[in-house]
Amino acid sequence: MKIHEYQAKDLFRKAQVPVLQGFVAKTPEEAKAAFEKLGGPIAVVKAQVHAGGRGKGTVIEVPTQRGVQLVKSGDEAAAVAKNLINNQLVTIQTGPSGSKVNQVFVEEGCKIARELYLAVVVDRGSSMPLLMVSSEGGMDIEKVAEESPEKILKESFDPAYGLQGFQVRKLCKKLGISGDTAKHADFFMKKICKLFVDLDCSMVEINPLVITADNTLIALDGKVTFDDNAMFRHADLKLLRDLNEEEPAETRAGNTGLSYVKLEGNIGCLVNGAGLAMATMDIIKHHGGAPANFLDVGGGANTQQVTEAFRIILSDPNVKAILVNIFGGIARCTTIAQAIIEASKEVGFTVPLVVRLEGTEVNEGKKMLKDSGLAIISADDLTDAAKKVVASIA
Amino acid sequence: MSILVNRETRVICQGITGKAGAFHTKGCKEYGTKMVGGVTPGKSGETVEGLPVFDTVEEAVKQTGANASMIFVPPAFTADAILEAIDAGIGVICAITEGVPVIDMVHVYDKVRRSNSILIGPNCPGVITPGECKIGIMPGYIHNVGKVGIMSRSGTLTYEAVWQTSSLNLGQSTCVGLGGDPIVGTSYIDLFKRYQDDDQTEVILMIGEIGGDAEEQAAAYVKSHVTKPVAAFIAGRTAPPGKRMGHAGAIITGGKGTAAEKVAALEAAGIVVSQSPADMGKAVVEAIRRGK
Repeated sequence: MKIHEYQAKDLFRKAQVPVLQGFVAKTPEEAKAAFEKLGGPIAVVKAQVHAGGRGKGTVIEVPTQRGVQLVKSGDEAAAVAKNLINNQLVTIQTGPSGSKVNQVFVEEGCKIARELYLAVVVDRGSSMPLLMVSSEGGMDIEKVAEESPEKILKESFDPAYGLQGFQVRKLCKKLGISGDTAKHADFFMKKICKLFVDLDCSMVEINPLVITADNTLIALDGKVTFDDNAMFRHADLKLLRDLNEEEPAETRAGNTGLSYVKLEGNIGCLVNGAGLAMATMDIIKHHGGAPANFLDVGGGANTQQVTEAFRIILSDPNVKAILVNIFGGIARCTTIAQAIIEASKEVGFTVPLVVRLEGTEVNEGKKMLKDSGLAIISADDLTDAAKKVVASIA
Repeated sequence: MSILVNRETRVICQGITGKAGAFHTKGCKEYGTKMVGGVTPGKSGETVEGLPVFDTVEEAVKQTGANASMIFVPPAFTADAILEAIDAGIGVICAITEGVPVIDMVHVYDKVRRSNSILIGPNCPGVITPGECKIGIMPGYIHNVGKVGIMSRSGTLTYEAVWQTSSLNLGQSTCVGLGGDPIVGTSYIDLFKRYQDDDQTEVILMIGEIGGDAEEQAAAYVKSHVTKPVAAFIAGRTAPPGKRMGHAGAIITGGKGTAAEKVAALEAAGIVVSQSPADMGKAVVEAIRRGK
């Protein structure tokens, strides 16, 4: 689960991670009031969307407007807010249609001496949380990682004991940070690593992490993603979810216990198991087609879930055919066959449907489909299924 | 022989009184697995499928001589259950449970690596030595006794591979589902070591997926340490970056963990890589033909 920058900064503040003062604004008037409340000569107005790359992003309706802008008056803050709110911001992470801006964050300015990059993730190699820091703050960090990986410094830490002092000293030495700034860095980095563990994050990214003219460290940005599996123990964090930022079909699938990811192609896929679902997408592509989605109905799929899965797939106007690929293990082929029959009554298939069943109760399942009289193209194996579904829309 | 489990393995189920625990205990027992009991705190004295239920794993081990466990407890209690199994000296622990918080697994991973136990999973189908012992949720009947060692991060894709090899009359030595989470107890490399030392296993099939660099590390290991033929498949060639494909582990981040990178690393290690998921069985046959 992702959250907005202003929400991340609230959490930072509670965890004693230094941030600047700022206010959320949903209207130009609120943005102006926020500027005046901050009382400084400058402020920064920042579009609040989950996607990164806002600073270089542009607004579709007002092409000259970027997603982040420095302002020097309340009126200017209001004008920028007007350009952003209710408009579509396109960044490298949003895709061409952009992401709708519902609110902006108006934040005080500060004197920046240096910009760093900081992130915490769970590293699969060491099976430990990993702090990454780089002197190349404010830059496209993926480019840094690719071109000069030695500029990304890494320290893994045990969540039970947290980041240790010597680890911060190592990092500071390599970053050329000393004196009071190093003391601030020790405080900052230990706190952010603690927050990562305490809140069950899967990623915390601060780009840039700035060193100010008076040698303190401040999180100028904040991107936080939580581990969905741990949300059962964070009722307070669940409230931070913003459904406006999610693909509606993906939210709907999640509510039914399905795993769905929308893609750009035109062949809808309904599969049991994540690995087999990925492999099904792959084989469609291998035979010249393009998958419209990833959809895993899971191991214990019931009729209701499968019917909802069909509804979600068919709600995508790009879908021209559907491939069902089930390897029955715990999920029985008869259950899936029954669900297909019921879904066809309820949803009605307007596009060709290719079904490949294998595994538990396969013969009974195939017979049920045959006896149903539905116009189903049945397939014997993966290759056969992929070829038939691609041919059905050729 | 086989790896990890065989007809002598004595298995308990943690969470045996739950719906899934009871259902799969029955399935494993019917397959021929030596199920000897189960554990649910507060339910000692009850029986499930004719097996005794105990309050603690320690007690279950003492009374039944169990040396393997199948875990079906809910995600919030899975770390606790695994740690209890380690504490009781269980040799092979299979955590089937899906949805365990990653931070919990950081603690568990550290503990299990410093113990004599082996953890398979979490979020996995389990482990099976055909004809001898099935611990987990896989459909037993698709397996045949044979010579292919199969390991995978995905459940149903493993069934697909088993099906293909069975259809080619190859059969399997032991099949292991490693689990789809970012942190799991056992790596491909751990199992390559065991398959390499196992007489029954003549060829190894590794099924990977996008995300992380476990497949690349395995490829490097195979190049220098494995003398048996190896075949592989990587799922997720068409997955877009930044989107999580069902498994918590299957996500391409920062341009790393793509299928293309993994396939290149595997091929460079002399591994036969199946281009299509329909050809995993054929890739195994090709690996045998080429030898090593």
